[in-house]
Amino acid sequence: MIYWIRLVVVTGLFLIGISAWTIAPLQSKLQASIDRGKIIYTQQCLSCHMMDGGGVQSMNPPLIRTKWVLGDKADLITIVLKGMNSGVEIDAVQYHNIMASHADLSDQQIADVLTYIRNGFGNKAKAVTEAEVKTVRAKTH
Amino acid sequence: MPTRMIRMIYALLLSSVFSVFACANNSSHDTTKISASVSEGDGDVTLTLPAGFHASVFAENLGSARHIAVNSNGDVYVKLQGLKDGKGIVRLRDTNGDGKAEEKSGFGDFAGTGIAIGNSYLYASSDEEVFRFKLDASGNVADPDHPEKIVTGLLSRHEHEAKAIALDNDGNLYVNIGAYSNSCQVQDRQKGSPGMKPCPILDSAGGIWKFKADKPNQTYGDGVRYATGLRNVVGLNWNTQTNTLFVMQHGRDQLHDLFPDLYDTKQSAELPAECLYELHQGSNCGWPYIYYDQVQHKKILAPEFGGDGKKTAGEDAQDPVFSFPGHLAPNGLLFYTGSQFPEKYKNGAFVVFHGSWNRAPEPQAGYFVVFVPFKDGKPVGNWEVFADGFSGGAQFTASGRAKHRPCGIAQSPDGSIYVTDDTKGTVWKISYGNK
Repeated sequence: MIYWIRLVVVTGLFLIGISAWTIAPLQSKLQASIDRGKIIYTQQCLSCHMMDGGGVQSMNPPLIRTKWVLGDKADLITIVLKGMNSGVEIDAVQYHNIMASHADLSDQQIADVLTYIRNGFGNKAKAVTEAEVKTVRAKTH
Repeated sequence: MPTRMIRMIYALLLSSVFSVFACANNSSHDTTKISASVSEGDGDVTLTLPAGFHASVFAENLGSARHIAVNSNGDVYVKLQGLKDGKGIVRLRDTNGDGKAEEKSGFGDFAGTGIAIGNSYLYASSDEEVFRFKLDASGNVADPDHPEKIVTGLLSRHEHEAKAIALDNDGNLYVNIGAYSNSCQVQDRQKGSPGMKPCPILDSAGGIWKFKADKPNQTYGDGVRYATGLRNVVGLNWNTQTNTLFVMQHGRDQLHDLFPDLYDTKQSAELPAECLYELHQGSNCGWPYIYYDQVQHKKILAPEFGGDGKKTAGEDAQDPVFSFPGHLAPNGLLFYTGSQFPEKYKNGAFVVFHGSWNRAPEPQAGYFVVFVPFKDGKPVGNWEVFADGFSGGAQFTASGRAKHRPCGIAQSPDGSIYVTDDTKGTVWKISYGNK
């Protein structure tokens, strides 16, 4: 009996161990993308969306816990590629300022900066990949 | 199963779990938490004022309180940028003289920024129109549900849309029509996009338009472009001593973002100046072709038009009468004509700075009321901070997460001044002498 319990426990731990073993490299890949994205964010986004991602009252929208950032990836990629001049409403507040197009960034840079904002400021959402940006860019041309 | 192997698996498991946690920790970021600290007398922040002055919270939680006007009977009217309970104007009345409004009532179904009182009318603006309400003999709004539309059809295109207003003493109404652009590029705020010369925006925006204060349904063709080359004006005031209109321009943004080779982030945080102009019919203040550099004391050719941060230009544009550091966002202007404050304040200018956003990554600044002394209609000496502390403290100023952002200013018949806040809708009354 003790043998069986021990076998089940050990097998379970082994399986968890293996899955952690395979998750770890994925996590470090995600972290590398986030790290690169933070640099892009600082250069391209921070002056409007601010260090804390909170945006500016009535002008530049916040990036925290909003469907615009955490929702459909293709829509989010499109905003970066084409910019935005329609204004948005978030939590009953209107944000008016125009956002310039950032189509000059590479597919990888856009994937990184979006992965950063989807995992920064208390956000948690799936990474954006270079391939996904490439697909959306092909459609928007 | 050997114990050693179990230990190894445990170790492997633990290290994996830790590495996942470590990743999670690295990807989490500091967000500014704003906790309220309540101090008696002036709400959740304490204002700092020169010796002898004191502030009281006149009203709170009004919504986005923008400009403010005070009637000769002491009634206070506040314009709201967003409707609150369906109303865009709030009337506040202090019935027992304790420095707090006991009565509060709303009217006007339009949101906006501008408000002014003249010739027994209350004027107020939306982002496209200006309305007026008749004030009856006892100073009440005669028919709050049926204002007269004075100006209509003004441009409002998602940028600098607030229509700040002022009245002179000769039956004229002055309206700011802000430029729907940062620097009149072909593509607004787009790095590498050139400036348009001539700038087509200036035909219908980027200046102050003058209308008759009593003629209904005027639009562009009925008014005159009084002054041009003004990117955006929110704080403006008719100076009764000089009999001229003074305006505070919001200077252009993003010198570093758009021209990183010409301006570093520190220069971009300080430049260009926020400028005070004295206007006359036909005034040109130079936007978008030039900006005023308060360090070099020169009008500098804008980089979108071939400038390099040093080349001067704008010989046809007038100089500001006074300049402040960049991006502080001057939203209110008042020439003090009362007798309650000490002599040095007489005829001087109070400027309300809403506070910056375009200084990042440098610390933000502003969120205060400053004073500039005037003599014979000209500024004399330097500016000084008059009222500070709206943000809630240095860390809230630096992060830009101010608890309150001061916006409008008006003088009461007793010589006190009121200052509004459009973040939480607080109105402070600032007085001098005994409480």
